[in-house]
Amino acid sequence: MSYIRPSFRHPNAEANTKGFTRQDYEGALSTLCAGCGHDSVSSAIIQSCFELGVEPHRVAKISGIGCSSKTPTYFLGKSHGFNSVHGRMPSVATGASMANRDLLYVGVSGDGDSASIGLGQFGHIARRNLNMSYIVENNGCYGLTKGQDSATTDIGSKSKKGEPNPYEPIDLCALALQLGATFVARSFSGDKEQLVPLIKAAMSHNGFAFIDVISPCVTFNNTAASSKGYEFARDHMEATGKIDFVPVRSEITANYPAGFSQEITLHDGSVIHLYKDGKLDCTDRRSALNAISEYSEKGQVLTGLLYVDPDSRDFHNIQQTVRQPLNSLAEIELCPGSRALAAINASLR
Amino acid sequence: MKPTNISKPDYFHKVVDCQHACPAHTPVPEYIRLIAAQRYTDAYMVNWESNVFPGVLGRTCDRPCEPACRRGRVEDEPVAICRLKRVAADNKDDITSLLPAAGPKNGKKLALIGAGPASLTVARDLSPLGYEIHVYDENAKGGGFMRSQIPSFRLPDEVLDEEVGYITDNKAVTTFYNTRVDSLRAMLDKDYDAVFVGSGAPKGRDLPNLPGRKEGADNIHIGIDWLASVAFEHRSSVGKKVIVLGGGNTAMDCCRTARRIGGAEVKVIVRSPFADMKASPWEKDDAVAEDIPIVDNHTPLEFVIEEGKLVGMRFDKVRAEYDQKNRRKLVSTGEEPAFYPCDEVLVAIGQENSFPWIESETDIEFDNWGLPTLNKETFQSTNSQVFFGGDSAFGPENIITAVAQAHQAAISIDLFCQGEDLGVRPAPTTNLVSQKMGIHEWSYSNAVDNEQRFKVPHADKAAALGDRLLEVELGFSTATGFEEAQRCLNCDVQTVFSEALCIECDACTDICPTDCINFIDNAKEAELRPQLRMPAQNLEQDLYVSSDLPTGRVMVKDEDVCLHCGLCAERCPTSAWDMQQFLYQVTKASQL
Repeated sequence: MSYIRPSFRHPNAEANTKGFTRQDYEGALSTLCAGCGHDSVSSAIIQSCFELGVEPHRVAKISGIGCSSKTPTYFLGKSHGFNSVHGRMPSVATGASMANRDLLYVGVSGDGDSASIGLGQFGHIARRNLNMSYIVENNGCYGLTKGQDSATTDIGSKSKKGEPNPYEPIDLCALALQLGATFVARSFSGDKEQLVPLIKAAMSHNGFAFIDVISPCVTFNNTAASSKGYEFARDHMEATGKIDFVPVRSEITANYPAGFSQEITLHDGSVIHLYKDGKLDCTDRRSALNAISEYSEKGQVLTGLLYVDPDSRDFHNIQQTVRQPLNSLAEIELCPGSRALAAINASLR
Repeated sequence: MKPTNISKPDYFHKVVDCQHACPAHTPVPEYIRLIAAQRYTDAYMVNWESNVFPGVLGRTCDRPCEPACRRGRVEDEPVAICRLKRVAADNKDDITSLLPAAGPKNGKKLALIGAGPASLTVARDLSPLGYEIHVYDENAKGGGFMRSQIPSFRLPDEVLDEEVGYITDNKAVTTFYNTRVDSLRAMLDKDYDAVFVGSGAPKGRDLPNLPGRKEGADNIHIGIDWLASVAFEHRSSVGKKVIVLGGGNTAMDCCRTARRIGGAEVKVIVRSPFADMKASPWEKDDAVAEDIPIVDNHTPLEFVIEEGKLVGMRFDKVRAEYDQKNRRKLVSTGEEPAFYPCDEVLVAIGQENSFPWIESETDIEFDNWGLPTLNKETFQSTNSQVFFGGDSAFGPENIITAVAQAHQAAISIDLFCQGEDLGVRPAPTTNLVSQKMGIHEWSYSNAVDNEQRFKVPHADKAAALGDRLLEVELGFSTATGFEEAQRCLNCDVQTVFSEALCIECDACTDICPTDCINFIDNAKEAELRPQLRMPAQNLEQDLYVSSDLPTGRVMVKDEDVCLHCGLCAERCPTSAWDMQQFLYQVTKASQL
């Protein structure tokens, strides 16, 4: 097996606005199973960061445990990273974000890490609206421990073992919506045309941006009777609409067809254009929840942007924390001394 | 686009750029792998089967393979293919036991005129088939212009003797050296079943009308004749100041030879700009390295004679102008003519065919340029019994072209002698074999090496300039040869795609280092090319297109800068991609 990727790239590969090539966003060669959906998600993250012109050293990637949580090794090799405890990525991300709000936080988790052991942490990071992109690579099984059904496996879905799953699944998008997440989307690892703009929009969102990515496990859960396999995902995906992400500063050119049905301007000035047929209003939480259950009842999976609150106030806004990263504060600001303490005490008397 | 038909030999043949560019289609990656495996004898025999003179070509080939090498499209320099060929030749064991023996006699007799690369190739291809082969040459040894025109410091006599010997030592071959053929009619009267003309392009171009040419004749020489007279030791010195006219490889050989036999101040003076010179870049480099200035943009005006003796040459300074069709015109700058003093001038401005010995009653027709009228595929002349090959067929080219043409002429001669249709050419043999050894393991070294091209060591300059027979290039050591061999991208190990197995998981697209692989809606080629992840701008390289996949899309792979690293196949969960070695071999007469 090859552990080293050739260093040659296409001679016509261009650099982005910051002078980086796509190679600058790559990581080590993946050791996941050949054909794993997670590798496609990694590739989509690389593409998104490249297109956004993110500086690699301004990104922190954080993960828990599982096949999905291994993947930050395989992208953004020049960024900060923290591979944390199982299901505890949200706590670590919260701490990191509190200390340095200037970095771009990308959390990668899986259905086990977020919907089982980490469900409690997931709930709270969503309601706190921490400013990060939270990507769940959802394959409906525990691939790292030989493919047991997970908390997101649909009822009746059969993995390689062949037993239908008897339990109700957790729909992470619906859960995130109910818990107050301000950006919620669903996508499929095999559809980069949709996934890349979603990741770019999530990274530009001010607040908790959650993307549930159906990412098939080729080894244990890509059977004909599985609802998280490549074939099922392709046959049952219904997109809320084609999405175009127009980053701030870039001129709007006429590259896309006219007549988008919804335009959403994000906090940083970037714009999401949606071309959609359905009734869904992507800025209405209830509309999103209804649409999810409607499609789910029909046996379909609704993908695309489900909900975004363009006026979202993230955890730092809510907490009214200091605007600078803590590492840029001097001792006098961090430790204002006994006189300041005396003033506070006096105000409480 | 229609799905690519990979069962046609031409598709994958074209992907192996080096082999495709080689006139003889030598399977380059195949022998480079053998060199890396230290199987020098096997590597040599792969070459010998295809190009007949591996030791000679490993030193002197024009290397059309190297500019074609894919490595040159992803980094600065191609693989040193020519130098690697020499590694095989230098390090092989005794191969005499591997050479084909003369076949049982078939009662047919052939005359081959000239003992250069073309005739010798015909002799080699036909000797196992039972022909009685007579080779005629005016010189005392075989080799043709490989002996007379290529100086020994580039090609030692022993190397040439050895490889000529592998052919002429065959019992089917009889050589008639020191025998000049003055009449084709006489040859035809000798009851040969067929005659092959491999007499080269023996006439060097002159400047007969330039003022002073006649008066200075004693010190003005035609380049190729002069080289031959040095090679055959009829001449062992030259004047101190020498001007070489011309910009081709013969001019480079002339100036470097002159440096070795007394030329202290040798200059090459050429009409065209330096960049347009016909000489191979490395030959120009070697000349410059031996303190030979190359003066470009100078058109000769006259030989300057004083007191009946050549004292120098006068030149008009010119500049090159190119019209819209990129045709060059040399325009005088109007400056004073430049004078260069010299004792001798070597005229190396090209060579021509010359057939004064072919009589018109032999029914061989010639065109306006004095070249024989030939069938381009069969090399048969207007006299069905007479075949041509090498420089005598379509004008001056190079050794490897002569060999390639002679292979075809040999097939034609055999078909002709057996009374078969010459138009029915044998198909090439091809073989496509999976290289899979395990789930993620290949039987070739698929890791892409990052080394830059290695330089070949040269002999000490002072020693080399002091001895005409001392070979300048020393060749790679086996260790460097191994490292250089590792640079080969194994383009003959093909990426073979099976639509029926593909689950469109994108793993191959994601891993491909050079973004060759696309899953995309089908369209016409002109529309597809710009739509790919990396637009396919190199129109010389094909797109590999699958039939429709379950999602309605097709797989489109741009062959241009594929590294053949096998990562697509390693990351494919269903083995829809496989790495399969494609061996393409031109069928030779001996295999008929």
